[in-house]
Amino acid sequence: MYDSGKIIAGLIVFVLFVTFPFLSNMGKASAKPKPSIDTPVINQMQVKKCVESKEFMRSEHMQLLNNWRDSVVRNGDRIYVNKAGQSVTMSLQNTCMDCHSNKKKFCDECHNYMGVKPYCWTCHIAPKEKMPKENML
Amino acid sequence: MLDLSYRTEGEDAEGEHVMSMNRRQFLRLVGVSTVAGIGGTAVFSGLRNKGLEAVQTMPDPRALTAKRWGFVVDISKLQTDEDYQKCIDACHDIHNVPDMSSLPAELQKRQEVKWIWKDTFEHTFPTAPEDEYQNSELKEKNFFLFCNHCAEPACVRVCPTKATFKRKDGIVMQDMHRCIGCRFCMAACPFAARSFNWRDPRPFIKPGKENKEFPTRMIGVVEKCTFCYERLAKGMKPACVEASNGAIVFGDLEDPNSEVRKIIATKYTIRRKPELGTQPGIYYVIGGGEHA
Repeated sequence: MYDSGKIIAGLIVFVLFVTFPFLSNMGKASAKPKPSIDTPVINQMQVKKCVESKEFMRSEHMQLLNNWRDSVVRNGDRIYVNKAGQSVTMSLQNTCMDCHSNKKKFCDECHNYMGVKPYCWTCHIAPKEKMPKENML
Repeated sequence: MLDLSYRTEGEDAEGEHVMSMNRRQFLRLVGVSTVAGIGGTAVFSGLRNKGLEAVQTMPDPRALTAKRWGFVVDISKLQTDEDYQKCIDACHDIHNVPDMSSLPAELQKRQEVKWIWKDTFEHTFPTAPEDEYQNSELKEKNFFLFCNHCAEPACVRVCPTKATFKRKDGIVMQDMHRCIGCRFCMAACPFAARSFNWRDPRPFIKPGKENKEFPTRMIGVVEKCTFCYERLAKGMKPACVEASNGAIVFGDLEDPNSEVRKIIATKYTIRRKPELGTQPGIYYVIGGGEHA
């Protein structure tokens, strides 16, 4: 084999380069996201319940919010009747964020971990937190 | 089950068996796989979708409803500049409309965002007959302008994403989630009722004065008057109507007993550029004075 030295050295450099992100992060597991529901409104609730079950909200909230948006903006229907039969006003900025007034500790916690950037907050006004400027995306 | 033994009678030049199938076998295979494919996806998506359809949505029972919302504007009830400004501020504050007055003068006009504004008779009704002996009040006073919520809206026809659309109650809505900022609607609208967000509007909303219950817009979307759809849904009057001291009246244009229809039936009213056939929903009382 001609130039085997160069080829093998090149291969090693290539493999190191490609696996660098994995190697450099080895053993450094980033902390699991822990969305917090520690807000004044939620703390005052006797039964801490969202508009649907916790499991449902965890896996389907994006779908739910999409449906809410379409229903309100496109059809003008603003009341959501949940599985328990209760009526809720469909509004991210008012209904959701009234309870979850801690956007950074609730929304961003998982979204940052998962690397998703929902563009809700370019228009919808996030609740005021300690550093309101950062909410402005 | 499927008969896949389509290895056939044919042999090639070397006398070896070749894979081939006749038309009947081919068609059967295609048919069966199509059915399996469609059936399979249905089963799969049926399993995955766990029940958002179990719930339902409905309109707010407090909501004001109409077949077609419209305004009647009687400028004889507006005396001073403050009367106009009160309505404009009421609308713009509630809807977080950015105030571009901090920009340099030449950009201010071009990048202005407005939902409701005022202009002269000549600009409001450019095609209306006009002469030098005309009523001086008409010539000198300003008219209120907003989106005309046309029955045949040109903006809706040209919007490539259906971001702007006509609701069942006649309101021409703007869905900011869908707007891609192409500005076709602005080119199509004969009334210049639409504004483009040339820059992020947030820094131009007076700090602390934003309405926390209503969103802002983002850079690159088109916005306009929405007939206060969000207030009608709660049973409230549009903001400008509330602040106008009776100069702006709203109601159902298709209901002969509504307040707007009674005014239109008894007073002389004109609409902006009716010759274009968009059927604007805003009527202006001319020479209102004591009656309207």
